[in-house]
Amino acid sequence: MPRGWLQRISIVDLYLWAFRLVVLFVLIYGTVGTVRAARYGPDVWMDLLVFGLSQGSIYALIALGYTMVYGILRMINFAHSEVFMSGAYVGYYVAAAFGRSGYLDRNPLVSLLVVLAVAMTTSAVVALLVERIAYRPLRGAPRLVPLITAIGASFFLQYTFRGFFGSGFQAYPEAAVLRGKLVVAGIPMLRTQAVVIVASVVMLLVLYLFVMRTRTGTAMRAVSEDMEAAALMGIDVDRVIAITFFVGGAMAGAAGLLYALVFKQVHFFMGFIPGIKAFTAAVLGGIGNIPGAMLGGVFLGLFESVGPILVLDGLGIVAPYQLRDVIAFTMLVMVLIFRPSGILGERLAAKKA
Amino acid sequence: MKRVKLPIALLVAILLVTGPYYATTAPAATLGPVTDPIGVVKVNRGQPIVIAYWFVIAGPDASLGIDTRRGVEIAIDDKKTVAGHPIKLIGEDSGCNAEGGTTAATKLAANKAIVAAIGSNCSSEAVPGVPILWKAGIVTVSPSNTAPILTDPKRGPGYDGYLRTAHNDKVQGRVAAQFVYHYLGLRKAATIHDGSPYAEGLANVFADVFKRLGGTITSQEAISPTDTDMRPVLTKIAAGKPQLIYYPIFIAAGGFVTRQAKEVAGLEKVKLMGADGMFSPDFMKAAGDAAVGMYHSSPDLSPEALGPGYKVFLEKHQKKYGEKPLAPFHPHAYDAAMMIFAAIEKVAKKDAAGNTYIGRKALRDALYATKNFKGLTGTLTCDKYGDCADPKIVIYQTLSADPAKWDPGNNPKKIWPVKK
Repeated sequence: MPRGWLQRISIVDLYLWAFRLVVLFVLIYGTVGTVRAARYGPDVWMDLLVFGLSQGSIYALIALGYTMVYGILRMINFAHSEVFMSGAYVGYYVAAAFGRSGYLDRNPLVSLLVVLAVAMTTSAVVALLVERIAYRPLRGAPRLVPLITAIGASFFLQYTFRGFFGSGFQAYPEAAVLRGKLVVAGIPMLRTQAVVIVASVVMLLVLYLFVMRTRTGTAMRAVSEDMEAAALMGIDVDRVIAITFFVGGAMAGAAGLLYALVFKQVHFFMGFIPGIKAFTAAVLGGIGNIPGAMLGGVFLGLFESVGPILVLDGLGIVAPYQLRDVIAFTMLVMVLIFRPSGILGERLAAKKA
Repeated sequence: MKRVKLPIALLVAILLVTGPYYATTAPAATLGPVTDPIGVVKVNRGQPIVIAYWFVIAGPDASLGIDTRRGVEIAIDDKKTVAGHPIKLIGEDSGCNAEGGTTAATKLAANKAIVAAIGSNCSSEAVPGVPILWKAGIVTVSPSNTAPILTDPKRGPGYDGYLRTAHNDKVQGRVAAQFVYHYLGLRKAATIHDGSPYAEGLANVFADVFKRLGGTITSQEAISPTDTDMRPVLTKIAAGKPQLIYYPIFIAAGGFVTRQAKEVAGLEKVKLMGADGMFSPDFMKAAGDAAVGMYHSSPDLSPEALGPGYKVFLEKHQKKYGEKPLAPFHPHAYDAAMMIFAAIEKVAKKDAAGNTYIGRKALRDALYATKNFKGLTGTLTCDKYGDCADPKIVIYQTLSADPAKWDPGNNPKKIWPVKK
């Protein structure tokens, strides 16, 4: 008996367990240290939570594009971060025109809605074009091929924007109504953060209902389940895939505008980091799963915002925010060690196995 | 048989890769009338003398590089010929980061025609880039690297071919700390750097001097240059209740810190202060109205400090480019170019056919021997580690964040030291 038990343990397992224990110990030790030092009051933690939540909901909106495309085509659309950038960038020109004419301050709601529509349309169209030009001709090719064209498309978009609009950054105009703070349920937050959180929740809900309740949504789910069977049932697969790209692109465009409202700068390379983070969020939540992408985005935002100070400060590390990405990705690794398919990714993983 | 082949193949591969490393420490070269331990550049009669720049001319920090490149271009317009040859300027974008600096330096090092280089802009480019250039025998003079480490006695032999006409941040950090302590009368400050040698060095000098004066540093934080969400780190800073935040970083991240600082609870009244790395109209675009009222330490560009020569320079600049300078280092770039031209004329030798020969080590030594050189930025004298500047650091305050109103001295307004 003991021999069989011993034989089943491999050296890799031991390493993995040691790694888990070390990381867990560091996490707990650091957290306890920070909490016991009580250097930061409850209002600081509350602020950090709100920051994390608003950042996380932007990640979630971008992550939807990755997750929907993966769910249907089993490919990572690496050009998605540039889809996000193009919406924010084109939206900037409309916003700047409104800002200069003063219309933005006179009619903030209308102008923001117009900018939102422009950003969503641009991103959706860019996503459609990328699908049509770079992915559709390669459908059926080995999986690595569309991945490489995706990276190519990403560079193409970046440098096209750089060529047209220059390599400097543009400053987004600020709407007067979005300045300052408000208190929601006793929690003070910036107006922009409140807008971002509310807007993402609304958009995620609409998308969820669209996928679960409409005919097109049913077709999308059917194609993701089994593309060939869906085609035999009379579903136009190409059309469904195009719609998926369109919807994912529109969400990225909305995220682009929200991002620009919070950070107020746009730049031809701005998509790269949020894109990587959103991809991480999609994996964290279980790639291919829509509620998973939302959850993953929010989790990642919170890790980034609260993690460094909660864990590293207690370890006595100076300047913990330089290590923000380390914390975020260590958390990702930890989650994936315990749940290899992501937080909500179980069903999909079992299905495709 | 097969077992033997692999190690041999590996050995050959290693030799191939490392071989050039040893080969470049070449023996003395003799060409025409010049013998030089590192190498000799031959410029044929009538051909131009090639000077290279490596500046950041694309991306968010491009204003820094374009500003310095214009300084060099005006110097070339003024000088016209060196040792009887026209001057040709070539260049590479160095991106304001270590990778960009390495790439630019590697490309320049491969060009044997380059006599000397001017650059880089950001200290993070210079740290990996300078040794690459010097290994190829190319001496470089930086108009805007300010990190103390580059001219530190412990910097290592890779930097023997490096000089700068920009100030050392030991000076800038000290002036900034004195201003905050004496003029603003503040006693609690926090610093932020972005991990670059420039920002980290400057933030540390500021903190050391401020503590020595009797102030308290509530926290020394760091971010990465690509971060956009600064609110968490600012929230952490707010817990220490500083009266001022000193963040000598670059334009993009500096813009985010400026915009987000006053939005964080507890920092509504905090004073903000940056340094010369974001002293540019582009920074006004990045920071928006949040920049109004903030302070910058930067070289003094006023006519009183720089003399009548600078006024003439500004007129040429306006005529050639149709706008005001974009960053503070154009006069330093002008001086760097002029210093190099003077040194070339000192060491260049001609043969009977009219070809010119320039010894690489001789040129480097001539540059290091620069004494009482009358430049736009003052009287330059190089010390044995390559610090040549005549530093005049002052403090500016931003009155309007409109980039169109950029006019250093008036807006941002020079406020310290006060003229008696």
